[in-house]
Amino acid sequence: MRISVLVNEGPYTHEASDSAFHFVRAALARGHDIFRVFFYHDGVNNGTRLTTPPQDDRNVVNRWSKLAQESELDLVVCVAAAQRRGIVDEGEAKRNGKDATNLAPGFRISGLGQLIEAGIQSDRLVVFGD
Amino acid sequence: MTTKKFMFVNRKAPYGTIYALESLEVVLIGAAFEQDVSLAFMDDGVYQLKKGHNTKGIDVKGFERTYGALEDYDVTKLYVDEESLKARGLTADDLCVPVEVMSRAAIGKLMEEQDVLLSF
Repeated sequence: MRISVLVNEGPYTHEASDSAFHFVRAALARGHDIFRVFFYHDGVNNGTRLTTPPQDDRNVVNRWSKLAQESELDLVVCVAAAQRRGIVDEGEAKRNGKDATNLAPGFRISGLGQLIEAGIQSDRLVVFGD
Repeated sequence: MTTKKFMFVNRKAPYGTIYALESLEVVLIGAAFEQDVSLAFMDDGVYQLKKGHNTKGIDVKGFERTYGALEDYDVTKLYVDEESLKARGLTADDLCVPVEVMSRAAIGKLMEEQDVLLSF
């Protein structure tokens, strides 16, 4: 089955991102096709490489990056939500005159059209939120 | 392009969290992609449609007018849960746009017919 996932909450405060990660990993293990994972609302905070959790805790951001690399996942951070919350790649930094970038490897910033497209192209769009 | 039935379920008050505002942004993109878009309002989500948002005191941009503009994007299927309205002392006359007030069971039936359900 072709599945897309929407993550609406940031890491650590809510379990939504953890649940989404475990779901994606399990779906891949079962041979399903993950078309896209889209990060919206505070979910965009899953895409900052500056996260530094205590060493004995999971690193939610690095975990997504690693899975993206291993399984060629398309991790998309919503541009409008990212701008509000300070998630920046090189293109955004240039466009908005910012002096730094923080987008984690394996993520890309794009528009909400990517979410609608994921809904159209997938058999299921699974939402993880509060 | 394939057309699918997208329903946006709005459960939260318009201010206090950003869900209502950012939900509207997705609704407009869904309409721009010429999808079959509908909106359901339930629980505190019914407050999103209440006439006369005044956000001066909280210094947050109000967006009541966006609901009125949905029609321009051909988004005209707005369903409101009757129980949620009643529980909050509201009727359809208190709302800023024309809606269809329905029972919870009827909205549930509509949800079953959707291809994509997005709950905010």
